[in-house]
Amino acid sequence: MTRTPQPVSPAAARVGAVSDAMIHASGLRKSFEAGGTTVEAVKGIDVEVRPGEAFGFLGPNGAGKSSTMRMIAAVSPVSAGTLRILGMDPAVDGPKIRARIGVCPQEDTLDTELNVRDNLYIYGRYFGLPRAEVRQRAEELLEFVQLTEKASAKVEDLSGGMKRRLTIARSLINKPDLLLLDEPTTGLDPQARHVVWDRLFRLKQQGVTLVLTTHYMDEAEQLCDRLVVMDKGLIVAEGSPASLITQYSTREVTELRFALGENEAIAAQVEDLAERVEVLPDRLLLYSADGEETIAKVHERGLRPVMSLVRRSTLEDVFLRLTGRTLVD
Amino acid sequence: MTSRLDLRRAARMTDYWAVVYRRTWKGTAISSFVVPLLYILAMGVLLGGFIKGDPSKLEGATSYLAFVAPGMVAAQSMTTVFGEVTYPVMGMIKWHRTYYGMIATPLGVPDVVFAHLAFVVFRVATVAAVFMAVMASFGVFGSVWGVLVAYLVQLLIGLAFAAPLYALTAAMKDESAFALVFRLGMIPMFLFSGAFFPVSNLSPPLEALAKITPLWHGVDLTRMLVLGHVDGSMVLIHVVYLSVLALGGWYGATRLLERRLIT
Repeated sequence: MTRTPQPVSPAAARVGAVSDAMIHASGLRKSFEAGGTTVEAVKGIDVEVRPGEAFGFLGPNGAGKSSTMRMIAAVSPVSAGTLRILGMDPAVDGPKIRARIGVCPQEDTLDTELNVRDNLYIYGRYFGLPRAEVRQRAEELLEFVQLTEKASAKVEDLSGGMKRRLTIARSLINKPDLLLLDEPTTGLDPQARHVVWDRLFRLKQQGVTLVLTTHYMDEAEQLCDRLVVMDKGLIVAEGSPASLITQYSTREVTELRFALGENEAIAAQVEDLAERVEVLPDRLLLYSADGEETIAKVHERGLRPVMSLVRRSTLEDVFLRLTGRTLVD
Repeated sequence: MTSRLDLRRAARMTDYWAVVYRRTWKGTAISSFVVPLLYILAMGVLLGGFIKGDPSKLEGATSYLAFVAPGMVAAQSMTTVFGEVTYPVMGMIKWHRTYYGMIATPLGVPDVVFAHLAFVVFRVATVAAVFMAVMASFGVFGSVWGVLVAYLVQLLIGLAFAAPLYALTAAMKDESAFALVFRLGMIPMFLFSGAFFPVSNLSPPLEALAKITPLWHGVDLTRMLVLGHVDGSMVLIHVVYLSVLALGGWYGATRLLERRLIT
């Protein structure tokens, strides 16, 4: 069952790129007509996803993640640029591509009036799989997503987390080579999120290529080998979670809280103590390699914060730096 | 993204529609099977008992029951379609997003539309079969062949309504206009397109209007066949008219659903 992805040297990956890549996009664009104006959702992105990889699209709402995913799922025409999925052109081989991928959409498209088992069975039939095979596969998948006991329940009676697991099970009915997940855990409680992550991690171990969008940084850090950060239709950064942190943030972040209204003035006094200082309404963030050392220097200058803490930089720091703190919606 | 119709792919939806039918047939049984019987009793037998059976005034029928029964079959084929297309199609586009799940698989929009229309025609086939069996027990049929052909005509009537209505639904933003479609479309046609009385009873402009409606073509064709008074050129006009609606509507339904789902 378990397929170990073969280690590939970077050079070999480059040579074999076009033929081996699960997804190859260059200069990919998507624009819509909405209310008489043209909206450019994706403004020219280059992406390469290799077999066995877990790849993430991160970005705030409206960054173009879902539009990109819909093009990759071969249900949305490319406006410009090149896109190849499993080596095929979605404009020509849409049905063939869709036969080999699994899609877990952002909004559930389960048939709420059918029971859990029938949802899987019916969906498997859409792929032209023989009835006996779909029945057996449905039972295996119910087991895999821990819904065996709910097999005869109606979908509308399931919790949000159960529906998500069922949608994931459904997206696996055709044993896809490539699994697309659009915000797989949005709206789930922490327990349900961890169950979903666990299942996705197992799929990854089995060699399934995962492509997911998320705006949860912990999700990206947990699941993704490599990711791109999208903002306003463009890719603004690319790399592994660790390399992005190294590149766009420091090893540690010191958070200091002073009395209300003092933050701006104090920021000027500590500016030279960190690579970067960020002033938030309620606290200062000092980005440096060694947080304890930074705090000691702050104290040396006679500054006494009400509260101080040192933490490791996370992907969230990278994300906020790259896409800003302004609300999109 | 747009693909051609592939009948083998469309056939993969058979299990889905079979499950839908198993789930819903009991709920539709009363409206589909019992209501026709009530109509025949109330309009054909009881009301018809007051109407003198004059073949010259009833388009060749020897009793009002014989006149109204084929009209009601055709009208029932139409109302079945309205119920099966409008809200269910909107639901699969908008409320349950079932179509989005379908087209994420190898299925394409043409396959999805074909399978759904086939299901609607199947529903018309079941309703018309029961209705005509009930009518047979009242002894109002002229010839067996005429009745068999009239039965096939119900499938054409079904598609002639289902396909354009599907196209209209795919183009509609939400369900708010359905009330108008029913009140200004279905009900006036049901009442005034010759199912219950000869359209020649209407004033000339209204008669001309009634003869434009697809239901009149369906009613007249069904009645001619059932009563055995077949006028070849009229049959041709009716069949061509209904076929154009069916094929044009089918094409429109596919294009409009593509435009709706594939963005």
